[in-house]
Amino acid sequence: MAHHMISLLVNGQKEKLLVPSNLTLLHVLRDMLGLTGTKNGCEAGECGACTVLLDGEPVNSCMVLAPELDGREVITVEGLAKDGQLTPLQEAFAELSAVQCGYCTPGMLMSATALLRRKPHPTQQDVQEALVGNLCRCTGYQRIIDAVMVASRTGGAE
Amino acid sequence: MLARPGLPEFEYIRAGSSQDVFDLLKEKGADLKLMLGGTDLFVQMRDRAQGPGILLDVKGLPGMQEIDYRQRSGLTIGAAVTLNQLSTDLDLKEKYPVLCQAADTVGNYQLRNRATLGGNICNASPSADMAPAALVYEGEAVLESPRGERSLALEQFWLGPGSTALEGDEYLKAIHFPPPPPGARGSYLKLGRSRMGDLAIVGVAVLGYPDKSVPAGLRFRIGLNSTAPTPYRIPAVEEFLTREPLTEDLISLAGEMAMEISSPIEDVRATELYQKKMVRNLTVKVLKETWESLR
Repeated sequence: MAHHMISLLVNGQKEKLLVPSNLTLLHVLRDMLGLTGTKNGCEAGECGACTVLLDGEPVNSCMVLAPELDGREVITVEGLAKDGQLTPLQEAFAELSAVQCGYCTPGMLMSATALLRRKPHPTQQDVQEALVGNLCRCTGYQRIIDAVMVASRTGGAE
Repeated sequence: MLARPGLPEFEYIRAGSSQDVFDLLKEKGADLKLMLGGTDLFVQMRDRAQGPGILLDVKGLPGMQEIDYRQRSGLTIGAAVTLNQLSTDLDLKEKYPVLCQAADTVGNYQLRNRATLGGNICNASPSADMAPAALVYEGEAVLESPRGERSLALEQFWLGPGSTALEGDEYLKAIHFPPPPPGARGSYLKLGRSRMGDLAIVGVAVLGYPDKSVPAGLRFRIGLNSTAPTPYRIPAVEEFLTREPLTEDLISLAGEMAMEISSPIEDVRATELYQKKMVRNLTVKVLKETWESLR
């Protein structure tokens, strides 16, 4: 199987990688770059645990092939906090205990970050719709939704 | 050591021109699969239901990611236009709102950033969410081959579950929609196991518009999915609704007719009987809503 040389930006850092055709972005992040914040859930585009931002838009990283990434920009959960300073959204998740086991949290944060960027003042309905593709088996969702609403008042995604 | 990537081995090739596609189709034919968003294809490949030796990515071909609306000739949507791109396009929202509404019911936001209209059409799933809306706007598949370009009405494009009229040397370039009839209103109603994010158990799209040439003064187009081997329209019911001025009783009868025509099979989501009854109920509901919005 042929390999492809790709150059991409991950959390602001330039990466040059040799990748096989059948590797997905999810495994580039976790296995090649050691960015294990992005979780592997269903590998079917349903659970959202692997959500990252690709050129600013949320995607399931299990659904993007590595060779498609040449020249693209990826932001993962590790790229949200700057200089150890959590974003208002991350603060709100911690403050409101919107986390139980934590497995879905990185994906939730990425989907919600994208929502707050495209719609800084969402309604509760907007939040629910934006998080349809992020499954959580612990929290019952309410605190997650509350945290996104709080973040929209305390400074949004950044 | 890498963890198991999940996808079987294949060769990834990005097509730069339609000539690339023609050459590779000719050379590799059966061992090659065209790829757009991959959101259905990767799942099938992980399940080992498909194992092409080559994935040919055609997203980057000229025009594939463009939406082109002209008042006279209508709307052309490149096969690689994503569902999110489609649902936020202003021309579409105004002229073809049922397409936008249908796009918003597919999977989830992240998935819709990858999933494409062309992929949804080519995958030829009986439950394709874009299909009922595409049918009521009388969509045509625009197919390209070394022999030239041809258009095929979607009803002729879908042959059965997973099966299309694409010839071995062809690919889907775009989907074309004629201008909608003046004064058209419509809606897509989808029943899933949950309100959002699931596949359709039954989906019904209706487009209604004034037409003084028929006794009813109105015409309706009705498109359905999930309840036959392919998505389909129900011309007999559409014709029935033109015969006399519309009443609630006539709409109820139309629902019964739709139920009779539908031919669902029992699957993991629903029994045959339940799907048939839901065809009736959803058809009646969308027809009533559309009639209401036309008055």
